[in-house]
Amino acid sequence: MTSHAATEKSRSRPAPPSPQDIRRKHVGDALFRGITALAAASVLALAAIYVVQMALNSWEAVRHFGWSFVVGTTWDPVFEEFGALPVIWGTVISSLLALLIAVPISLGVSIYLTEIAGRRIRRIIEFLIEILASIPSVVYGLWGIFVLVPLVRSIQPHLTSWFGFLPLFQGPPFGYGMLTAGIILAIMILPIMTSLTREALHAVPNHQREASLALASTRWEMIRHAVLPYNKSGIIAAIVLGLGRALGETMAVTMVIGNQPTISTSLFMPAQTIASLIANEFAEASSSLYLSVLIELGLLLFGITLLLNVGARLLVNRISHAGGRRR
Amino acid sequence: MSKTNHSAARSRKRRQLADRLMSGLTMVCVAISVIPLVSILGYLIYKGAGAINWDFLTKLPAPVGASGGGMANSIVGTGIVVGLAVLIGVPIGVLAGVYLAEYGRQSRLGRSVRFFADVMQGIPSIVVGIVAYTLVVLPMQRFSAIAGAVALAMILIPFVCRTTEEALAATPHDLREAGLALGQPQWRVTLGIVMRAARNALVTGIMLAAARISGETAPLLFTALNNRFWHSGIDQPISTLTVQVYTYAIAPFDDWNAQAWSGALVLIAIIFVLNVVARTAARSKYVERS
Amino acid sequence: MASRSLGIAFLVTLLLALSLPIASAQTVQLTGAGASFPYPIYSKWFDEYYRETGVQINYQSIGSGGGVRQLLSRTVDFGASDAPMTDEELAQAERPIVHIPTVIGAVSVVYNIPGVPQSGLKLTPEVLADIFLGEITRWNDPRIQALNPDLNLPNTHIIVARRADASGTTYTFSDYLSAVSEKWAQRVGVGRSLNWPTGLGARGNEGVAGLVRQTPGAIGYVEQAYAEQNNLAQAALQNKDGYFVLPSLEGASLTAAGVEMPPDYRVSIVNGSGKDAYPIATFTWLLVYQDAWDHEKGKHLAEFLWWAIHDGQRFAPELNYAPLPDAVVKSLEETLAGLVYNGQPLLNR
Repeated sequence: MTSHAATEKSRSRPAPPSPQDIRRKHVGDALFRGITALAAASVLALAAIYVVQMALNSWEAVRHFGWSFVVGTTWDPVFEEFGALPVIWGTVISSLLALLIAVPISLGVSIYLTEIAGRRIRRIIEFLIEILASIPSVVYGLWGIFVLVPLVRSIQPHLTSWFGFLPLFQGPPFGYGMLTAGIILAIMILPIMTSLTREALHAVPNHQREASLALASTRWEMIRHAVLPYNKSGIIAAIVLGLGRALGETMAVTMVIGNQPTISTSLFMPAQTIASLIANEFAEASSSLYLSVLIELGLLLFGITLLLNVGARLLVNRISHAGGRRR
Repeated sequence: MSKTNHSAARSRKRRQLADRLMSGLTMVCVAISVIPLVSILGYLIYKGAGAINWDFLTKLPAPVGASGGGMANSIVGTGIVVGLAVLIGVPIGVLAGVYLAEYGRQSRLGRSVRFFADVMQGIPSIVVGIVAYTLVVLPMQRFSAIAGAVALAMILIPFVCRTTEEALAATPHDLREAGLALGQPQWRVTLGIVMRAARNALVTGIMLAAARISGETAPLLFTALNNRFWHSGIDQPISTLTVQVYTYAIAPFDDWNAQAWSGALVLIAIIFVLNVVARTAARSKYVERS
Repeated sequence: MASRSLGIAFLVTLLLALSLPIASAQTVQLTGAGASFPYPIYSKWFDEYYRETGVQINYQSIGSGGGVRQLLSRTVDFGASDAPMTDEELAQAERPIVHIPTVIGAVSVVYNIPGVPQSGLKLTPEVLADIFLGEITRWNDPRIQALNPDLNLPNTHIIVARRADASGTTYTFSDYLSAVSEKWAQRVGVGRSLNWPTGLGARGNEGVAGLVRQTPGAIGYVEQAYAEQNNLAQAALQNKDGYFVLPSLEGASLTAAGVEMPPDYRVSIVNGSGKDAYPIATFTWLLVYQDAWDHEKGKHLAEFLWWAIHDGQRFAPELNYAPLPDAVVKSLEETLAGLVYNGQPLLNR
């Protein structure tokens, strides 16, 4: 570096920083860093607030009922006997139903999008699925009440007359019930599951595909033997996250499930989920024990979805993106 | 020899058939997943567009039994609650995202914040409502727009935190080095250079977050409640589109059912616009650079 | 630069939105919540009262249980319920709470039977109880058919529609069934929320009426006004004296006339006697703190209550409620005069 260049530089720039400047810089940096760290910490604090608030407010119920709460089958606000099993049942079964419907479909769509569709069609379908993802829950519920419920009600008598020997298909044609809720949930979790599955398939390196094709596989054989097994954990993560969504979904479910906290073997009988029970009864619980029980249910739901999400994130973090397909 | 050839040809045919069948099945899956969308949007327009008129957009709800009236207060209410939630949540979320991208990439705080921000996006919104009720409504002793906004902000913060981090992480590292080489303090480099470069992506993240919370109902049921009139302050109950659509959807009155569809259509339109704006902002990044 | 203008546009809209409340910040607004049973007349009253006085009363029909809970936690200015508060609940209150009866309403048993569009299906208390207990499950059950020899009842399932939220309507209905059916009293009991043996749950009178209207084969119970407004078919119930009566204002009034009013107005009037008395009727109450927490709000509330028990009563019949008996209005005037803030009466009349 010549002296000429040095003078050039010193002319275009102010004098080298004085000690005060440096200190100010340090103070400014430390301050800014502190502020952002505080904001980041507040995200953790938020997580803590969830736990603390719900634990504090559900303490009365936890102490009163103990473990019998999760196995009790009676939900009787009159005599203050609260058993959560029926709503846990309703939550789990409606979500599993949703998965049963949504897993194969989302897998099919993802395979189509990553392996089969041309660029143009892929864009369109991805766009449509994004719209599906942006529809609010309450709108699904509205559609559920006025379109899906009458549809299920009109189909059910046929199903009952064909398969009525199975307890699964018995019961009066309410229209509102477990199956309707399962279908709505399936539609609602489809977008997130599709986009996560698609991401997982994208992450499969191309040499996997090329190697398989070089062995004269058909496209389907390639998908089945080289693509799907390669990123199982990503696909499982998508399913787990979809399950987490379905368990916690509130409005659409409460509008179509029939809100009856009983355990039934029929797909068509009304049921109740944790989230929809809270939505219906939270503002109205008249005793403090009742309220506390509802918050305990919230805590239970929180715990379950937290575990699922933690599990799914751990799986997702394992996905390697190296060498994946270009978008 | 010819026999093996024959069987090989047959098995190839079978394999090709399986290939076609499965390709066809994936297309069926696509069709199945598009049907509900078409049905929902179709019904929204078919049932909702008819009842949207000037009154609907500018009047208060009519009392039970009287026809007419509108959802003006709910439309404005949604704007206010979402706006407040953005005001509360965006600064925290963005700053937290800045920390993750600029300071805490590998630190223990950074890693745990990143992890919890991801996990918290999966928390059921009804749970958020419960917590906001115990946190704001009970101490304030009233349902209020603020309480609703706090609930929505609790959903927004983890979301914005992560989109901000991603936006900043996507900016070239050279920018930071260039800024620092000019003797700028790091905070000014971050604010003035990195965030400016990532501006569009930041706006996209915030708009997507706003779109998402605009559609929330469950957290508002027992925080913002609802209001038949214009709200008389942000510390008072307020009507929102989602809660109003819910109330009207489950009601037995034809007028209300029809208005529920119209309200839902307006809601979808708002969310759609926010989404389009977000995508436009995301795209303009490349336009500007070229 | 598209994003900058977008950002500015967004901020401007936001500021506009936030500045809007200033326009209405001057008006007084009271918040109340509770029973959906009287919601039709309350919404009429609050609309009318707003036009006459400019006072805005925001009433949310979240169910009677909610009305009581939110009043006790003081998140609302007044509550509403059609089940009187229990002694236990009253004991939880930080200050004494007064029950102000506003109107009398009847609970209709409504149904949606394919092929039976009209009102008048006859039901005895025992049959009604067994339907809601889930023991009679088909519309052409011999016990229903025997009561209605002229009707061609279909061989379809009975779908019970009932409340999913805590409700004063449920309280009144179960109060009645407990009064007439030993089985009901033992197995289910009386309450705002019940451990229902069967049925589909819906939120609010609105929700149950909506469910019945949309579900063939359904039977439910709603406030009479909801039945009338939705043209739902209503059952004729056998009263204490053995007559089958359809819900009516006169029937509800007659039932109310037969009871003696206690000083705190907490009274049940189900299963009253008289040839034309309709058996499922109740007063509905607004719940207010006797000693107001806020002077201005308390004053407006007291003035509204005075208006409601006088001027408001004329709206009752057209909305299918029975007005208060004169004797009750007289005694309420004294009760309202007893509402205070810091020991000073809120009404100067």
